[in-house]
Amino acid sequence: MAYGPARVLPGEQIRITTNPDTEPFWQAAKEHKLTACQCGECGRFRMPPTAVCPDCGSREKNWPALPGTATVFSYVVCNKNPKTGEDYVYVPVVVDLDGAPGARLNANVTGCDAEEVRIGMKVAVEWTPIQDDWVLPNFRKA
Amino acid sequence: MAWSHQDECAIVGVGATDYYVRGKSWPRTINDMAAEAIMNACADAGISHKQIDGFAYYSTAGAGYLDKFDTASLMETLGMPHISFSATLTSGGGGCVGAVGLATAGLMNEDCTYAVTVMALQQLPQHRLGVVFGAAAPSPENSFLQPSGLVGPGHLMSMLTRRHMHLYGTQPEALKEIVQATRANTRNRPKAVRRNGLSDEEYWGSPMLADPLRRLDFCLETDGAVAVVTTTKDRARDCRHKPALVHACAHGGQREWGRAFAWMGMPDPYFASAGHEFTANRIWAQSGLTAQDMDVALLYDHFSPMVLMQLEDYGFCERGEGGDYVLSGKIRYDASTGGKANGGVPVNTHGGNLNEAYIIGMTHLVEAVEQVRGTAINQVTDAEFALASGGPASLPVSSLILRRD
Repeated sequence: MAYGPARVLPGEQIRITTNPDTEPFWQAAKEHKLTACQCGECGRFRMPPTAVCPDCGSREKNWPALPGTATVFSYVVCNKNPKTGEDYVYVPVVVDLDGAPGARLNANVTGCDAEEVRIGMKVAVEWTPIQDDWVLPNFRKA
Repeated sequence: MAWSHQDECAIVGVGATDYYVRGKSWPRTINDMAAEAIMNACADAGISHKQIDGFAYYSTAGAGYLDKFDTASLMETLGMPHISFSATLTSGGGGCVGAVGLATAGLMNEDCTYAVTVMALQQLPQHRLGVVFGAAAPSPENSFLQPSGLVGPGHLMSMLTRRHMHLYGTQPEALKEIVQATRANTRNRPKAVRRNGLSDEEYWGSPMLADPLRRLDFCLETDGAVAVVTTTKDRARDCRHKPALVHACAHGGQREWGRAFAWMGMPDPYFASAGHEFTANRIWAQSGLTAQDMDVALLYDHFSPMVLMQLEDYGFCERGEGGDYVLSGKIRYDASTGGKANGGVPVNTHGGNLNEAYIIGMTHLVEAVEQVRGTAINQVTDAEFALASGGPASLPVSSLILRRD
């Protein structure tokens, strides 16, 4: 099926909320730095960030700078803006983050036609300003 | 090791309202519909609804997802003199059939004598289940999902389906077969919402809502209420119908599935599954049975690919072979052979959530009871064991085997 260019959803319609466990991720995003929650004890990654490491039980966290590249793990092609119902081609993707084994993000991918997106495709982070001065990581075909 | 409560309790009554297309149940209220379903289930059991002294729900406190109801208001409405068990399985529709296990816990603990499990669903324009994730401002947890535009359950399930297609070569024809095979079972069901046969052209022409899923891969949006009454075996044998024995029941799941498609962190092979492997293995261990011993399978079908992935989780076929299994006709109900087709096990002989009605899984429980009673509209000849499932969704999901008495 021919969908045409995959667009990211308009940032002005997107809101997030944070809590003390998740806020460091979003503060880094404001500075266009992609990070993920890493256990300060055992070094394993988890996303979304949670209070306690599910593997070793530690509350210590690191927020390392990641390379900002990722691999598409799965995707869906959508054709309506979920806020307005208008025709709008966007592609939600689940990506595996490079440099953070086991950590995934859900985002939109752009920089290609929707029908070109493939599992295994390499992508690089691209930043979308959203409401309340937050910034959302999306991805562009690398 | 066999479950110590195997066959000690039974479902003795099933009752429902009419099924309405989403929003069309108004001006009935949620308590009106819940009360009718409970009264019908009690009448079916041959008891008074005032004998109900236990409530075993699923889907968070207060059963309905949307307009809520709860034990105290149901007592006020129906006049039960006292209740001595009131409990709920956490999370959502995944706990549907597990609520019968919860009823069993109350009964075997002698907390109560007749326990009702009820679901009432009313989706007025301001309360539409299919957009439930998108309607609210995202929580901190959901802020990692919702901004991507994954706002409805169909979007989320589509992500899992794509991965299944990638890993195993599953074809859209398999999803078409699931919808068509179960649609064929509603032709003779007066209450079903969709009763017309489904042509290839109509299926392929159905709009892509979340590629690879089409509108017809999504379940119906229905209003209505369904209730079942569970009691102990001794009391069950004094009821009107042949008891549907609770042979095995489990709820729960494993960490690799967890919040599932609200999380998207599941490793392979769990990502492209229905999250039922854990509870499936529990009921097989409880009973010593396997999928191949089932006479009929009532698999929660909020989305067609979840039938396929449950067939794999339960062991009707190997992981990754769900497409071939379905396409060989094995989930069809064939009246001319007593129900079973091509060495398979008939699936959703009532038409399921895709075709009959969607009351968050309760219709599957009703069909499982009718099959082991021998009174189903599309009866599988001499059905002894009926499998029913709840979910797939965030844990807990649940699994149930009913046995003919």
